Amino acid sequence: MTGSAISFQGVTRRYPQKGGSDVVALHDIWLDVPQGAITGIIGRSGAGKSTLLRMVNGLERPSAGKVIVNERDVGAASDASLRRIRREVGMIFQHFNLLASRTVAENIALPLEIAGEDRAKIAPRVTELIERVGLTAQAGRYPAELSGGQKQRVGIARALATGPRVLLSDEATSALDPDTTRQVLELLQRINRDLGLTILLITHEMAVVRDICSHVAVIEGGRIVETGETYEVFSKPAHPTTRSFLTGVTGVAVPQFVAGQMRDAPQGAEAEAVVQITFIGSHATDPMLARLTSERGVSVNILAGAIEEIGTKPFGSLIVALPAARLEESRRFLEEHGLLTEVLGYVG
Amino acid sequence: MSANLIPILWQATLQTLYMVALSTLLGTLIGGPLGVFLATSRRGELLSAPWLNTVLGLVVNAARSTPFIILVVAIIPFTRLIAGTSIGTTAAIVPLTIAAAPFIARLIETAIREVDAGLIEAARAMGATPMQIVRKVLIPEAMPGIILGLTLAVVSLIGYSAMVGAVGGEGLGDLGIRYGYQRFMPEVMLAVVVILIVLVQLVQSAGEWIAARFDKRAPRNRGR
Repeated sequence: MTGSAISFQGVTRRYPQKGGSDVVALHDIWLDVPQGAITGIIGRSGAGKSTLLRMVNGLERPSAGKVIVNERDVGAASDASLRRIRREVGMIFQHFNLLASRTVAENIALPLEIAGEDRAKIAPRVTELIERVGLTAQAGRYPAELSGGQKQRVGIARALATGPRVLLSDEATSALDPDTTRQVLELLQRINRDLGLTILLITHEMAVVRDICSHVAVIEGGRIVETGETYEVFSKPAHPTTRSFLTGVTGVAVPQFVAGQMRDAPQGAEAEAVVQITFIGSHATDPMLARLTSERGVSVNILAGAIEEIGTKPFGSLIVALPAARLEESRRFLEEHGLLTEVLGYVG
Repeated sequence: MSANLIPILWQATLQTLYMVALSTLLGTLIGGPLGVFLATSRRGELLSAPWLNTVLGLVVNAARSTPFIILVVAIIPFTRLIAGTSIGTTAAIVPLTIAAAPFIARLIETAIREVDAGLIEAARAMGATPMQIVRKVLIPEAMPGIILGLTLAVVSLIGYSAMVGAVGGEGLGDLGIRYGYQRFMPEVMLAVVVILIVLVQLVQSAGEWIAARFDKRAPRNRGR
């Protein structure tokens, strides 16, 4: 498989249970992770994304199927060759996993010590890595003295120490605030560009995929339900899970005064449906709501909205209220024109 | 207290320090690796050897549940084999070591089990061997806990060392019994108790100070 840094080929992972049927964490996964790209695997907790990621460096082994990394079968590797493979695959973690007893510089030196590198070679390499992640002033500090974002920078520098070709990220920004998340994502993006490093990350946040991933795979119940270039998947989401992640990504919320009186079912002929409309790319610039009103005579009340960009393409979300009686017809009209709709509730 | 008792007290203090220091050292040499192994050898762990883990756990528990005074007399033949004699300060180090080793093993096991499993995973992801993980991650990260555990062990051994008078081990406890109780010299007993209190205080403070030096988990500008 040329062009893919990591290739999952029919990977299944079962956990045998005592006296019962096996728990299947991953079910027949086929996925190619392109060389030099940032690929995101998005899924809810328990979807199997963590297990999938750990297959790449052999922390988990497949029950069936193959995991090929840099043209080597990780699942079948011996302990010794697995340790060599792991030096070519860096990993960063949600909770950073830094050694509290080591300074920033010493933490970054750890994988080099483990690889049996000469002390004389370690020092300049560590200095270079510290510079790359912008922590020169903190080199002698201990992790307890750092902010979350700084700790993750140390984690990134440590993961890069042995010069890996692949970087795995396990929810690396999930413990960080939005500002810090953005900085860490920018750093990952820069590393991807500067070093040509393949990055495979798992997340439950669509914003992470939106911000840095060129490719995405959506995982649900141990199966990949959708995969492709992020923009493609975002613009034509086929699976309900993808749609629900998409509608959650814009950060647009129902205003308080509406949310307070929302119900699960319409009441009375005057009831209005509260609908979230998500639109991508060229659709974002089409006056679809105006057409819904002029062509179908449906009056639409805009409650909230925002437009953002994925790459250079507009991506937006609106929350509107429209007559519940005209709901199905309106949804069909909007969906036919490439917009996503999701009914959030009804107001009476 | 008459002045000629001072040298006797001084010598007894040195004997106690000698016994405690040497049995702590030997107990750590045996109990340290044992504790590391117990902490890492359950099923699915780093050095997974569940049967050996179970057997060693039983041996450790057996040694720890034997009252020290019984241990001292029960192993006299073994003591003679190791020390060449079953009487005296040096001979007393054998039962003290045998009592200290399993105790220290459990304390070190507990300290190592406190290390976040995420650090082991990170080290495995770097391609570390199990022994590298033990040397470079588990032991350094557990160091504050290990030091506090050893402090506890030293304090306990100071107490145990008072009982080895039963096999002519001498030291402070023996002095207190022989002079203070059997020769009706309560001032000697009092002096012995005061010296022991001071010793334990010094050991405890030193242990806490060293542990704090190793502990980088709290920011420097907060607390110790």
